[in-house]
Amino acid sequence: MQGPVYFDIAHMLAGGLVLVSMMMLYQDRLYALLNVFALHSLLLTLSVAWQAFIQGAPHLYVTAAIALVFKVVVIPVALHHMIRKLGIHREIETVVGIGATMLAGIGLVALSIVVMLRVTPEADPLTREDLAFALSVLLLGLLIMVTRRNAVSQVVGFMSLENGLVLAAAGAKGMPLVVEISVAFSILIAFIVIGVFLFRIRERFDTVDVRALDDVRGRRRK
Amino acid sequence: MNASSLIAFDAFAAVLAIPIAAAALLALMPGYKATARINVAASLLTFAAALSLFVTERPAPGQYLLIDDLNIVFIVLNTFVGFTTSLFSASYIAHELETGRLTPANLRFYHAMYQVMMFGMNLAFVSNNIGLMWVAVELATLTTVLMVGIYRTHEALEAAWKYFILGSVGIAFALFGTILIYLAAQPVIGEGYDAMVWTLLVERAAAFDPALLNVAFIFLLLGYGTKVGLAPLHAWLPDAHAEGPTPISAVLSGLLLNVALYAVLRFKILLAANPEAISPGPLMMTMGLTSLIFAAFMLYRRRDIKRMFAYSSIEHMGIIVFAFGLGGPLANFAGLLHMVMHSLTKSAIFFAVGHIAQIKGTQRLSAIRGLTETHPALGWGLVIGVAAIAGLPPMGVFMSEFLLVSSTFARQPLLAVPLVFGLLVAFGALLLRLTGVAFGQPRGSRQPAEASYLPMYSHLLLVLIAGIYLPPPLVAWFQHIANLLR
Amino acid sequence: MVLIHHLLVQSVQMALIVALAPLLTGFVRKVKARLLRRRGASVFQPYRDLARLLRKEAVVAENASWLFRVAPYLIFAATWVAAAVIPTFATGLIFSWTVDLIAIIGLLGSARFFLALAGMDVGTSFGGIGASREMLIATLAEPAMLLIIFALALIAGSTQLSTIAAFMTYPQVGLRVSLAVALIAIIMVAIAENARIPIDNPATHLELTMVHEAMVLEYSGRHLAMIELAAMLKLLLYLSMIVCIFVPWNLNGPDAGYAAYFAGFASYLVKLIVGGALLALFETATAKMRVFRVPQFLGAALMLGLLATLLRFVSRSF
Repeated sequence: MQGPVYFDIAHMLAGGLVLVSMMMLYQDRLYALLNVFALHSLLLTLSVAWQAFIQGAPHLYVTAAIALVFKVVVIPVALHHMIRKLGIHREIETVVGIGATMLAGIGLVALSIVVMLRVTPEADPLTREDLAFALSVLLLGLLIMVTRRNAVSQVVGFMSLENGLVLAAAGAKGMPLVVEISVAFSILIAFIVIGVFLFRIRERFDTVDVRALDDVRGRRRK
Repeated sequence: MNASSLIAFDAFAAVLAIPIAAAALLALMPGYKATARINVAASLLTFAAALSLFVTERPAPGQYLLIDDLNIVFIVLNTFVGFTTSLFSASYIAHELETGRLTPANLRFYHAMYQVMMFGMNLAFVSNNIGLMWVAVELATLTTVLMVGIYRTHEALEAAWKYFILGSVGIAFALFGTILIYLAAQPVIGEGYDAMVWTLLVERAAAFDPALLNVAFIFLLLGYGTKVGLAPLHAWLPDAHAEGPTPISAVLSGLLLNVALYAVLRFKILLAANPEAISPGPLMMTMGLTSLIFAAFMLYRRRDIKRMFAYSSIEHMGIIVFAFGLGGPLANFAGLLHMVMHSLTKSAIFFAVGHIAQIKGTQRLSAIRGLTETHPALGWGLVIGVAAIAGLPPMGVFMSEFLLVSSTFARQPLLAVPLVFGLLVAFGALLLRLTGVAFGQPRGSRQPAEASYLPMYSHLLLVLIAGIYLPPPLVAWFQHIANLLR
Repeated sequence: MVLIHHLLVQSVQMALIVALAPLLTGFVRKVKARLLRRRGASVFQPYRDLARLLRKEAVVAENASWLFRVAPYLIFAATWVAAAVIPTFATGLIFSWTVDLIAIIGLLGSARFFLALAGMDVGTSFGGIGASREMLIATLAEPAMLLIIFALALIAGSTQLSTIAAFMTYPQVGLRVSLAVALIAIIMVAIAENARIPIDNPATHLELTMVHEAMVLEYSGRHLAMIELAAMLKLLLYLSMIVCIFVPWNLNGPDAGYAAYFAGFASYLVKLIVGGALLALFETATAKMRVFRVPQFLGAALMLGLLATLLRFVSRSF
C-alpha cells in the first residue's frame, strides 16, 4: 500500500521515535526517564504495527505485540519497582552536560541521515526514511549509554537502542520472521541478564551507580 | 527444507544436539558431583562428532545450515579446545569448590552455561543464515557474560557489566549491518528467507548495491570487531579475562574471539564477491595494526597476569585480522595458521596461569616468582607457552608470523615496518615478564599443584609439531581455504 | 479603494488584538482557577485592572531617569506593531509585507531590551536580578526562535507569515515530523518568552523566583498599565503565531468578503480558546523549575529547532 497518508503516518511515528530519543537525552530523573522510555516503546509499537498494516505482513503484529507487552508495560513497571525498592537517588548523574549531550545527539542524527540517505538512493522512500530514523535512534541510545553513569539508565539506553533495531528490521520489507523473533528473544535474554545483574549488584552494594564500581576498582589498583 | 534433507545432517546435528542436550541435562539433573564429568564427556562427544565431519558426506547447503571447507576447520578447533578446556576446568573448578569461591549451585549453572556456550559457538559456525549466525554469536556472548560474573565480587561484576555494555553495542551494530545486507540483497534475490542465506548471497553479490554493502560491512566490522576485541573497542576484553574463571578466559581467548572473527571473514568474502564495493582489506589492516601496536605497548604496564595475557590476545587478534585484511593466498594461509596456533597456545597458557593463580592465591605478577623452581611442570609449561606466543622458533606461532611478515614485505613493504615493530615490542614485554615469573627468587605458596597437565602439554605439543612439520594434506587444505578467502 | 479596504482590515486587526489581549489573559487565569477548584476572577478582570491603573497616579522613583518614563511606551509600541502583522483572521495584511518573522523577533527583542534597561534604571536589587535573568532567558530563547524560523522558512520557502500560512494549507505538506518538532520547540520558546509557569510564575511576587515581575516592580499607574498590556499582547502574539503557522484553517486573503472575515474571526476565537485552555492546563500540571534549569530547557528548544531543520531533509525525497 502506498499513498501520502500511509507514508505520512509511518513518517510521523518513526520521526517521533527520534524525537522521544532526544527527550530521553534530556531527562535527568530516573522516573521521568522510565516514563519517556515507555512512550518510546509505545511509539515503536505503533510504528511496527503500522508497518505491518502497510506491508501486509501479519507477523509484524507479533513483534508489535511483544514490544507493547514487554517494553511498554512489563519492563518499565519492573524497573519502577526496582528503583523504589533500592531507593536510588533519583537524579541521574551525567558524564557531560545535557546541552553538550544533546548537541552530540543532533550531530549523530545528522550523521545517520546523511549516511543512510546517501547509500539508499534506489530503495523505497519509506524504507529509506525508516532506516535513517532507526540509525538515529540506535546511535542516540548508544549516546545515552555512554553519557549516563547509572546502571538503570544505561539499561534504558540499551533498550532504546534495541527499539531502533526493531524499527530497522520492521522497515526492511519482507525481512523474515526469524529475525523478529530473535530480536524479541534477545531482548528477553538481555532483560534476564540485566535482571540478574541488578539483583547481584543489590546483593553486593547499596547502589546501582556504576561509578561506585569504578571506585572500588580504583582503590584496589592503588 | 524438508524432512529428508534434515536426516542428512546427522554429524552436523550431533555437533549441535550434544551440547544442547548436555546443557539441559546439567541444568535439570539434581546434585553437582557428576557435572564436571558430564561436561567432559559431552565435550569429547562433540569433538568426535566434529571430527566425523571430515569423513562423512557433506549435505548441500540448506536454508539455515551449511558445512564447507572453511567452517570445518573452525568447528574442529573449537570442539577440540572446548574438550581440553573442559578437562582443565574439571580440576580447576574442583579447587574453586574446595576454597569456597563457588557453591555447588554455581557449579551446575557453570557447567550448563559452558555447554550452552559451546552450542552457540558451533551454531555460529554452521549457520548459513546471517540472521541465525547473529543470534548464535549473541547466545555465546551472553552466556560468557554470565560466566564472567559468576564470582560475584566487585571486580567480576564490573567486568561483566562492562563486557555486557560493550557487547550490546556490538550486538546492535552487527544486527544493523545484517539488516543492511538483507536490504542490499532484497532487490536482487527477492523478499523472504532467501535474502539472508549466505551461500545465495555470495552467488549473487555482484549485483548488489555496492554503497549499501559498504556501509553494512562497516557496521559488521565494528559490531563483530567489538567481539574480536579490536582496538578501540577492546575495553571489555582485559577485564572479562581477568575477573572470570580461568577456563572461561581460555575459552574467550581461544574460541569466542575466533567466532567473531569467523563472522567477519564470512562478510569479507561476501564483500569481495562484489567488484564495485570497497575492498575490506585496508579497513581490516588498519584495525589490526592499531590493535597490535596498542596492545603491545599495553603489555608493559600490566600487573595482573591474566590481564597481561588478555592484552596479548588483543595483539594476536590484531595480527590475524591484519593477515586476512592483507589477503592473498600466503597471507590468508598465515592468518589461518596463526589463528589455530594462537587458540592452542593461548588456552595452554591460561591452563597454566589458572593453576598458578590458584596455588599462589593471587593474580598479581609481582607476587608470582620463580615458578620453574617451585612448580617445575607448571613453570616450564608456562615458559614454553610464552616462548611460543612471543613467536620464538621452533613453535608454530613463529612459523605463521614469519609467513605473514615475509608476505607483507613482498606486497606492502611499508606496512611491514609497523607490523614488525609491534611484534618486537610485544616480544620484549612478554620475555621481560616471563623471566621474573618463571625464574627469579621464589615467592608465595609452594604447595604442590593438583593440576591436570594433559590439556596444557597436548596443546603445546601440537604447536611444536606444527612449527616443525605441517602434514601436506593439512597444508593443501589450508591453501584451499586461503584461496577461498581471496 | 482597494488600499482603503486593506487599511481597514489592518486597523481592525490592530484594534482587535489590543481588545482581545486582556481577555485572553483573563480567560487563562479563569481556566487555571477553575482547574484548581477556585471560582477565580471574572474573565474581564484584566480590563478592570488596566482601567484602574490608568486612572491612578504614576509614582516614579526619585533617581529614575527619563528612560524609565519612556520605556513603557516603547515596549508597548514595539509589541503592538509586532502583534499587528500576525495574521489572525486574515492573511496578507498590508503591514505584513514590511515585517517578516525575523523582524517580529527583532521588535520583541527591542521591547525586551528596554524592559531590562528600565528594570536596572532605578538601581534596586530586584530590578537588577530580574533584568539579568531576563537576559539569560533571552540569550537562549532568541537563537532557539531564530532556528525554528529557519526550519520553517526552509520548509515553506519564506519567512513571511502569510506565505507560510498559505503554504501549510497545501495538501502535499502532509504530516511532517520536522514540523512536529518545530511545533514543540516553538511552544517551549513561547512559554519562556511569556514568563509562563515552568520558567517563571506570572502570579508570583516571591523574591527568589520572579523574573518578569521583578523588573516591573518599580512601575505604577499608567506606566504599569502599558507594560502589563504589552505582556498580554505578547501572549496573544505568540499564541496567534503558533495558531497561524500550525493550524492555518479558515484564514482568508486580503480581498475576501465580510462573511468570510467573520468566519475567519469566529474560528480564530475558537483557536484562541482552545490554545488558552491548553496553556492553562499545562501550567496547572507542571511545577516551576529552578532558575538554573532554565538554560537546559531553552537549550533543548534550541536543539529541537536544529533537529527540525535536519529532519526536514529526510522527507524531501517523497
